[in-house]
Amino acid sequence: MTFSVTFGTTGDGRTPPPGTRVECGTLAEGTFMTSRTNRLPRQLARATAIAAVAALAISACSSSKKTAAPATSAAATPAATTAASSAPATTATAPATSAASSAAGGQLNGGKDVTLTWWHNATADPGMTAWKQAADAFHAAHPNVTINVQPVQNESIKTKIQVALQGTPPDIFQQWGGGAEATQIQSGKLADLTSLTSSWIGDLGKSVAGWQVDGKQYGVPYDYHVVGFWYRTDLFTKAGISGPPATFDDLIADITKLKAANITPISVGGKDKWPDAFYWENFVLKECPKDTITSSIAAAKFTDPCFTKAGDDLKKLLDAKPFQTGFLGTPAQQGAGSSAGLVANGQAAMELQGDWELAVMPSLTTDKNFASKMGFFPFPSISGGNGEPGAALGGGDGFSCSTKAPDACAAFLQFITSAEEQASLVKSLAVTIPSNGSATSAITDPTLKKVLTYLQGVSYNQLYFDQALPTAVGNAVNDAVSNFFAGQGTAADIAASAAKAATQ
Amino acid sequence: MSSVSRAGSRTAKPLPGEGDPAPPAQHARALGRAPARPSVRQRLELLLLLGPAFILFVGFVLIPIAVAVYYSFFKWSGFGPLGHTIGLANYRRAIKDSVFDHAVMHNVTIALLSLFIQLPLSISLALLLNRRMRGRGFLRLVVFAPYVLSEAVTAVMWLMLLQPGGFVDHVLKDVGLGGLITTWLANTHIVLYTLFVVVTWKYIGFGIVLLLAGLQGIPVELREAAALDGASPWQTTRQVTLPLLGPTIRIWIFLSMIGSLQLFDIVWIMTLGGPAGASTTMATYLIDKGFQSYEFGYGSAVAVILFIICFVFALLYQRFALRRDTRGALTGMVR
Repeated sequence: MTFSVTFGTTGDGRTPPPGTRVECGTLAEGTFMTSRTNRLPRQLARATAIAAVAALAISACSSSKKTAAPATSAAATPAATTAASSAPATTATAPATSAASSAAGGQLNGGKDVTLTWWHNATADPGMTAWKQAADAFHAAHPNVTINVQPVQNESIKTKIQVALQGTPPDIFQQWGGGAEATQIQSGKLADLTSLTSSWIGDLGKSVAGWQVDGKQYGVPYDYHVVGFWYRTDLFTKAGISGPPATFDDLIADITKLKAANITPISVGGKDKWPDAFYWENFVLKECPKDTITSSIAAAKFTDPCFTKAGDDLKKLLDAKPFQTGFLGTPAQQGAGSSAGLVANGQAAMELQGDWELAVMPSLTTDKNFASKMGFFPFPSISGGNGEPGAALGGGDGFSCSTKAPDACAAFLQFITSAEEQASLVKSLAVTIPSNGSATSAITDPTLKKVLTYLQGVSYNQLYFDQALPTAVGNAVNDAVSNFFAGQGTAADIAASAAKAATQ
Repeated sequence: MSSVSRAGSRTAKPLPGEGDPAPPAQHARALGRAPARPSVRQRLELLLLLGPAFILFVGFVLIPIAVAVYYSFFKWSGFGPLGHTIGLANYRRAIKDSVFDHAVMHNVTIALLSLFIQLPLSISLALLLNRRMRGRGFLRLVVFAPYVLSEAVTAVMWLMLLQPGGFVDHVLKDVGLGGLITTWLANTHIVLYTLFVVVTWKYIGFGIVLLLAGLQGIPVELREAAALDGASPWQTTRQVTLPLLGPTIRIWIFLSMIGSLQLFDIVWIMTLGGPAGASTTMATYLIDKGFQSYEFGYGSAVAVILFIICFVFALLYQRFALRRDTRGALTGMVR
């Protein structure tokens, strides 16, 4: 019984281990955080009911005064406003400034001084330093544009952005695209970057579509993610399995073999729900044609029978009982007992997760060589499935601009997604898989190279459903899938959950 | 109040403890003193002393409640204009939603478990710790210690202890109760009771300290007199101590019920309300819908329902249970 009525929030201990909460973390300590963690139910902390009522109202009614965005703050902007483009890049880490300046012609914001506030979620190195250097380099190339970098904890940044959008938003802020972006656009405070980015957005591949709403570009991704099975090669060998499964039937056979060898076949972070949803979504990709998926997500209605069929497939997998003991209560990324920790410690053989997993694991295990025992294979195919071969599930991280100084913001996004800057972000381990394809050569880790090869070979990379759908609908689908994992509801209920949530 | 008594003290008859500022003013007039100066001072003092609290109360309690009620009539994502009102649709949705109904049931379950398990346990331990014995201070410290920990620390600690194959499972196995082991936080039938144990562990110290304070207020003479009259220790406790502990117990029940209805932190950290909604409380449901799903209108409606439940309970409890305890303090003014 909570006796105290407490306003405000405190950390609730659910934050990921130090080092893993960075958005653009590192291989060494936590690259991944990115979109996935951000969606870990973030800690809202000790709000009692009344406090929640209060917070709700306060955030809405006073945000116009409260929001950070100290656009007028700080940053004694250098007076030199003209000839900005000719200013040489002064920092060694900024070989790419020319790209940005050439495109924008140095007359960003009409040559007037401007300070842009930038909210990103890299609150630890290497991401934090990398972004700071990027901001400095950009300022060196465009002295009239100063970027006020404000790292915000990953767990709170979504709520913070949401509150800020009700008043004065930051000028540049973290953006995961999809339905959440579409919801944010209702605020009328996101800049349409379509024409400002048209000359270079093609460098970032087809996946930029995830940051478009109604064909307009409202965000720009700086890295991409893809989901597949991570597995322990040593445990597969121990169970007498020669190679990764190619088909669903192979997977079931391997599960049987692993269980016979007394090895937990698969770990899943059921507590966080979204790892459950990855399974259903991957089955949907195998069962449904691309057009059906696209139109169904757009309509927030999964009426085609193929969606129910995906649930039936999932049932078959659940019936094989491949998961660890108590998987319904297991978190995805926190602690050695999390689904990632179990695999990192060799206590489970497989896990369906994103490319970030290799970066999540080091802090969860004492085994320094775990990475050498890890392999990656795509979600196995299903005989008779109507899904497009080579379809993958994934997403990425990006930034949006508010409407204050869109041209300067767009130029900055062009700068951080330019080939040279992306390569240096990869080298500093701030980014795992860069959005700019020409920077991928900077990736050196052999396992990650495999993931990259897979990502480059996919026919299309479907944004995670819960991100692609309006947030309320996406969460409802996650809930339905996680109920299904707990043995509640039917395959049809999962398909019906979206429409039900959309009409509420 | 201080100004009142000071104004009064200038008059012939001081009126200590009189709450109404009117009588001293009348006295002042009666004695031919100018009423204006003290009145201004009085107002200034009232303004200074009450102002900040008043502003905070209005700004952070009353207005937010009012605004939440207002939002609850809209389907609002938290962005942009509110749009058209949808009347009571949010409330209808909440009442129809089986997850919310379950959440209410979970709150009620926790409240009842507190009443019937936690309270007797607290009373027994308090009676025990009230006796003279070796190491009493140390034992009191031990019992109270969990309450000093923050909810977050408690939840994370128990989360680790309750891991499958974790410390709790080991202990059970070692004492031969291995058969009882279950997935404490992943079993939909068990998880709520697991959480109740954690909540009890955390808050029982507070209840005991409260009851110990109550026990200190019971004169030893009464027990002695009962003993001299031939009452057994059990009779003394039953007939003398417990009735005199009544006000403390009623306060404990009040705090405990409100706490049960608002239960959030420990649940949110340990299970997020899962699995499959088996441990959802009203507060986790409200956060889940309002903040996680961007349904601020609906979240507000849920918050208002939670507020009404707590408010009505508090009013009824004050009216019927606490009234005689607080008579003379709160009710004295309106007498």
